[in-house]
Amino acid sequence: MAIVFQKPAGLTDAPLHYCPGCTHGIVHRLAAQALDELDLTGRAVGVAPVGCAVFAYNYFNCDMIQAAHGRAPAVATGLKRANPDSIVFTYQGDGDLAAIGTAETVQSAARGENITILFINNAIYGMTGGQMAPTTLPEQVTQTSPYGRDVTHTGMPIKVCELLATLESPAYIERVSVDSVKNVKAAQKAITKAFRYQKEGRGFSFIEVVSTCPTNWGMSPGKSLEWLRENMLPYYPLGVYKDKFAGEVAKP
Amino acid sequence: MAEKVLMKGNEAIAEAAIRVGCRHYFGYPITPQTEIAAYMSKLMPRIGGTFLQAESEIAAINMVYGASAAGKRAMTSSSSPGISLKAEGISYLAACDLPAVVVNIQRCGPGLGGIQPSQADYFQAVKGGGHGDYRSIVLAPSGVQEMFDLTAQAFDLADEYRCVVILLSDGILGQMMEPVDISAVSDNSANWNKSWALTGTGGERKPNIVNSLWIVPEELEAMNLEREKRYRKIEANEARWEEFRTQDADIVVVAYGAAARVAKNAVQGAREAGLKAGLLRPITVWPFPKKRLEALADQAKAFVCAEMSLGQMIEDVELAIRCKKPVLLSARTGGMVPTPEEIMEKIKEAERGSC
Repeated sequence: MAIVFQKPAGLTDAPLHYCPGCTHGIVHRLAAQALDELDLTGRAVGVAPVGCAVFAYNYFNCDMIQAAHGRAPAVATGLKRANPDSIVFTYQGDGDLAAIGTAETVQSAARGENITILFINNAIYGMTGGQMAPTTLPEQVTQTSPYGRDVTHTGMPIKVCELLATLESPAYIERVSVDSVKNVKAAQKAITKAFRYQKEGRGFSFIEVVSTCPTNWGMSPGKSLEWLRENMLPYYPLGVYKDKFAGEVAKP
Repeated sequence: MAEKVLMKGNEAIAEAAIRVGCRHYFGYPITPQTEIAAYMSKLMPRIGGTFLQAESEIAAINMVYGASAAGKRAMTSSSSPGISLKAEGISYLAACDLPAVVVNIQRCGPGLGGIQPSQADYFQAVKGGGHGDYRSIVLAPSGVQEMFDLTAQAFDLADEYRCVVILLSDGILGQMMEPVDISAVSDNSANWNKSWALTGTGGERKPNIVNSLWIVPEELEAMNLEREKRYRKIEANEARWEEFRTQDADIVVVAYGAAARVAKNAVQGAREAGLKAGLLRPITVWPFPKKRLEALADQAKAFVCAEMSLGQMIEDVELAIRCKKPVLLSARTGGMVPTPEEIMEKIKEAERGSC
């Protein structure tokens, strides 16, 4: 019988610990599939963050390291500079990447490090139980914004792709989502392109994945996807924010 | 043949690191360790190495974490406030059994303190500094030649025991110039097979994982106890010190680093004044030369601990000799350097008190 669908070789058989309806599983699969497709899994070194994806080192079937909170891009820099042949990626949430690790995010982008960052933006701290994140939307209720995020008190959420796109060095910045089949396919394309750019030595690539957190949003998985479309996508528009090599054909 | 050059202590550190195969240096500017980064930035590009000025001390230590995990000899350097920022990263390196060399050219504190020399980071270096149950080997040079030699040895020790080795120096030693023989070291990095390194599986082995998260307490305790065995081995094998006129000494001065240079003058002065004084200079402050000190406690009438901090190493001296004999403190702080006369006064006081 022909196999029409199977788990990518880039993932291990460890059962995922994520909550039902969480989109981390989809993004893990997309990243692993991209590495497999480009024949890079054997060269890949992944950096797991602090946050819900901390156990990513158990799920990706490649060399993995766990980084201190926010420091994944610095760790990735050390790995890549020490072994330029490695394909180095970080997998980070919004608290890790856009709060405690803002400096590392911006500076690794400014250096044009030849690494790939996968940024999961679900507008909340997941693992610690649902606190306000730097990307939490105005009026959004979280454990530490129980009356809704008051932007006169906390300021407005950070749009990371837009911020990084002001820099000269990054090669490729795109925001995608995994809320629908169409968007999952687009996300797959973007992640594959990001890894391909790294393989070709083109420099810093950054994919933001607008995601859900049904558990901490207090919604069903289905309702979460609706909420994402109605609330997150207008504030975080999908699309390519920078592509220095747009239109160029792939390097051999 | 000996190859002698006149160098600053900071430059000697950088030269030694390069000579023993360190090709990855990550740092952030801070006085008084600046010459290390300047030297690295000049040499590394010429020899195919990496010098990277990080966005912070935090980023720098995490770059070291990455480069070391990739199997390469890596180092960072800073001075006191910067070392505080590196503390979390040092704890991660220890927890992941990654070798690394961290240089602290101490300045005075607390807070921003000042840029004058000090030894006030003793507790931080020797007792941990970061969170959790771990140790770092702490080497304490007291001259430019030793800055060079101990830096070279630091990389071997780090690879041998898979731990962080801290070179605990200070602004005096970092800035002063002395002739250094730079010929007597070699790159031994090939002696260690780093099969744990993250170099990609190549599709030929199971993934290597570098991680310090252990959710099950039984597992974490077992990991920590296993590492503790290695720490006991370090304590048994690696304690180093130097002695000066201790053979018949009634009063033993204990001092390390720059303070030991002053203390040696004080001991000489005391001898000229007819006092039987000697000096024990720890070269490793962790492991601390406690066995030798305990033995000296049977012979000496009293000890003087001379440090450029307000009584930090003295606790280790008292522990080592199990409080069998009095220990007097000769301390300066805030960037002040003791004079030989000050320490000599303490030697005299110790002599009087023990009569």
